Amino acid sequence: MDRPHGGPAGPARAGGAPVTADPGAAKIIEARELSLSFGSTPALRGASLGVRRGEIVAVMGPSGSGKSTLLHCLAGILVPDQGEVSYDGQRLDTLSDDRRSALRRDRFGFVFQSGQLVPELTAEENVALPLLLSGTRRGAAMTAARKWFPALGLDGLESRRAGELSGGQAQRVALARGLVADPEVLFADEPTGSLDSVSGELVMDLLTAAVGEHGTTVVLVTHDARVAAYADREVVVRDGKVSTLTGAKP
Amino acid sequence: MSVPLTLLGLLERGPSHGYDLKRDYDAYFGLGRPLRYSQVYATLARLARDGKAVAGPVEQEAGPERRRYVITADGVAEVDRWLAEPVPPEPDLQSELFAKVVLALMLDRPADGYLDAQRAAHLQRMRELTDMKRAGDPVGVLLADHGLYRLEADLRWIDHTAARLDLLARAVRR
Repeated sequence: MDRPHGGPAGPARAGGAPVTADPGAAKIIEARELSLSFGSTPALRGASLGVRRGEIVAVMGPSGSGKSTLLHCLAGILVPDQGEVSYDGQRLDTLSDDRRSALRRDRFGFVFQSGQLVPELTAEENVALPLLLSGTRRGAAMTAARKWFPALGLDGLESRRAGELSGGQAQRVALARGLVADPEVLFADEPTGSLDSVSGELVMDLLTAAVGEHGTTVVLVTHDARVAAYADREVVVRDGKVSTLTGAKP
Repeated sequence: MSVPLTLLGLLERGPSHGYDLKRDYDAYFGLGRPLRYSQVYATLARLARDGKAVAGPVEQEAGPERRRYVITADGVAEVDRWLAEPVPPEPDLQSELFAKVVLALMLDRPADGYLDAQRAAHLQRMRELTDMKRAGDPVGVLLADHGLYRLEADLRWIDHTAARLDLLARAVRR
């Protein structure tokens, strides 16, 4: 059953009321029959998945099943050996590296298991990084970055270096960095994997509230059922293929 | 859950009417399954009969007859014993899900499909409980967490079993 995302958080998309996942919404991402091998080891063997605009999809599966590889293909980080990936009707897998990079930078946000913050930068500089890399002036980028701190419970930590943050704080900074450029799609790969259950829950509460406010689509890789329970639906990757669970929407 | 002992525990907080006990029981422990008034008053009468509580005089107010109940020293000792006694672990060794999986393997039916259906049902319930946590007060959150962790344990068993279906099928087929 689809449900609206959580409550308000973070600076809203311009003029945007909270957006809910619409069961009839068009697919913003569509992957068809993806296959990809690393050397002689197949990671994906005909994986297909469609993601509707505004929904949160959890991708689950055993270790080594190919779920992170699938996420990387959907995000244009990896190019499949076979099959097609489309974003908003546009083929990703046939784009040049430069155009895929530009698309990732302008339309996608990312959160990984360990925040992967730049240790030499402050928390707010880390959050501002995607904007700075896309050419936003420093002042404007820092202003936009700071707006995320209250919403994510990070008030007062703006000037801390990444290494001075706890795991939970660092992951919330990483979440802010993933959302600061107002991405259409947030790709999150085990975003709570390095956190204890309480910190992980806080990150997921904040993540779902923030994306609900902004209408962001989320593809969430997790092995944790309690994290997957924050999603609108879940799919399981097994042996490089995607199974849509009985009772869940395709 | 023992309704009499739970009501007795609530009564230990202070003298209460049956109405108050029912209200608090429903708020904390009922969750969609409220006690009937008749059950509350019958339970209180039994507790009084057994010396765990004492019924006060009928209060002459407008409306239905009301009595205030007070817990006795025996009642307090009973609550004390009950709280200190571990709840029997429930290993669910004879669960319906287990029986279905074994039978599906014996009969060469699609056990993996059944497990997937169960997984979807569990995750749907987990979504409902996660929503309940978002809206809930601290006690509601505690209750939802209890359900979530139990469902998560089931799901781990489902995953573990799904990964070993071939081996299990060889073990149960004749």
